[in-house]
Amino acid sequence: MTTAVVTGLGITAPNGLGTEDYWKATLAGESGLGPVTRFDASPYPSRVAGEVADYIAEDHIPSRLMPQTDHMTRLALTAADWALADGGIDTAELPQYGIGVVTAASGGAVEFGQRELQNLWSKGKEYVSAYQSFAWFYAVNTGQISIRHKLRGPSGVLLTEQAGGIDSLGHARRHIRKGFPAVISGGVDAAICPWGWVPQIASGLMSTVDDPARAYLPFSAEAAGYVPGEGGAILLVEEAESARARGAATVYGQIAGYAATLDPAPGSGRPPGLRKAAENALADAGVDAADIDVVFADAAGVPDLDRAEAQALTGLFGAHGVPVTAPKTMTGRLLAGGAALDVATALLALRDGVIPPTVNVGAAAADHRLDLVTEPREAALRTALVLARGHLGFNAALVVRRWAA
Amino acid sequence: MSTTTATVTLADLTRMLRESAGEEEGVDLDGDVIDTPFMDLGYDSLALLQVIGQIQREYGIEIPDDAVVDAETPGALLALINSGQAPAA
Repeated sequence: MTTAVVTGLGITAPNGLGTEDYWKATLAGESGLGPVTRFDASPYPSRVAGEVADYIAEDHIPSRLMPQTDHMTRLALTAADWALADGGIDTAELPQYGIGVVTAASGGAVEFGQRELQNLWSKGKEYVSAYQSFAWFYAVNTGQISIRHKLRGPSGVLLTEQAGGIDSLGHARRHIRKGFPAVISGGVDAAICPWGWVPQIASGLMSTVDDPARAYLPFSAEAAGYVPGEGGAILLVEEAESARARGAATVYGQIAGYAATLDPAPGSGRPPGLRKAAENALADAGVDAADIDVVFADAAGVPDLDRAEAQALTGLFGAHGVPVTAPKTMTGRLLAGGAALDVATALLALRDGVIPPTVNVGAAAADHRLDLVTEPREAALRTALVLARGHLGFNAALVVRRWAA
Repeated sequence: MSTTTATVTLADLTRMLRESAGEEEGVDLDGDVIDTPFMDLGYDSLALLQVIGQIQREYGIEIPDDAVVDAETPGALLALINSGQAPAA
């Protein structure tokens, strides 16, 4: 059996641009949540977001790509550049059709799409960008990354809402197992514009609390919804032997187990699928619950969903049976980028032997019976479980393990 | 749309190319590009479609979609635009 390892990371997050800035801020508990500035959110019930500040697109994106991309795709291209550079991979040295691109998406480039639809309806079809033909599309990040780096291996896009970051990595591993040496994977999303905002409000899961430090409190007795953010992570996934042969400098860890489930239909009486996803991922990795050193939780921030996740965790690990953390309390939920960033964060935790904190929550509500990590905690970490749920029934779980070459 | 007799110059075209489609690294649009194929300047058919849209809006003229493939150079595109063979509908 081939082994999929992660050899490069590219992170664009509300609390840090670039892997080391993000990781430093995350360990320091620095939140990137604040009032929405990317559009006038004052007429909307939810007004807090995790925005990627200090990102100057022109510093990262070639002029030719500016008119055909929006904020989301620019962040994705930047993260992909960084992941490839971090991996030190010379794409020209690998087979022409050897490197694929598989990313996650939610609504596509909604900022681009909103602008062009506004042009269409307010000015007329002559005013719609020719680039609207593809720039809004769900697959745009995958396509632009592929074109920019001439990556012609198997490529695709997965849409499982907030679970997509994990599902993309699971799919990347499938390509590795088929014999492809490398896949660029993960997810970067950005939907902080009215068109991206309204459907999330309609879900009824968004926080309407205006204080950025109180708006997103997963597992707290005061949990009242989630805060959306933008950004995510792109990961360079390679076949372990191929990575060794080319002399990859860093192996962050192994994608040891992956599973996805769908929730049963409402009213079926059957339990939600998150626990099953976690169990299947553990089985896929060949590990027991006792082998898991830390869980990066989905952390919906919605009381019912928090309770369901806490029950899945206590069912698997016992009460207070495993350290649980949600560093996304510092970034908000990043849609298709969130689970990818959680995987990247888990790999950094394994690298440095420290669990990043869940901020603002203080402590989990007692009835959740979770060992919620609220301060950075040093620990001998070998194996981490990352969980994610997508709205309307997607569950995904990924097991990452330290790499001992 | 209204017709116009204004002539589109190479400087106008390069400005609109930059605005509509950006500028390829290593290409100097201010150089002698009048007979350089758009492909060599880093512009594909979508980029040309985009800039032709801008020309139509700014100058109130109609340019047939075939111009994207027929006009392979800035000079050829300018000739097509300025020939008066493309009146507004």
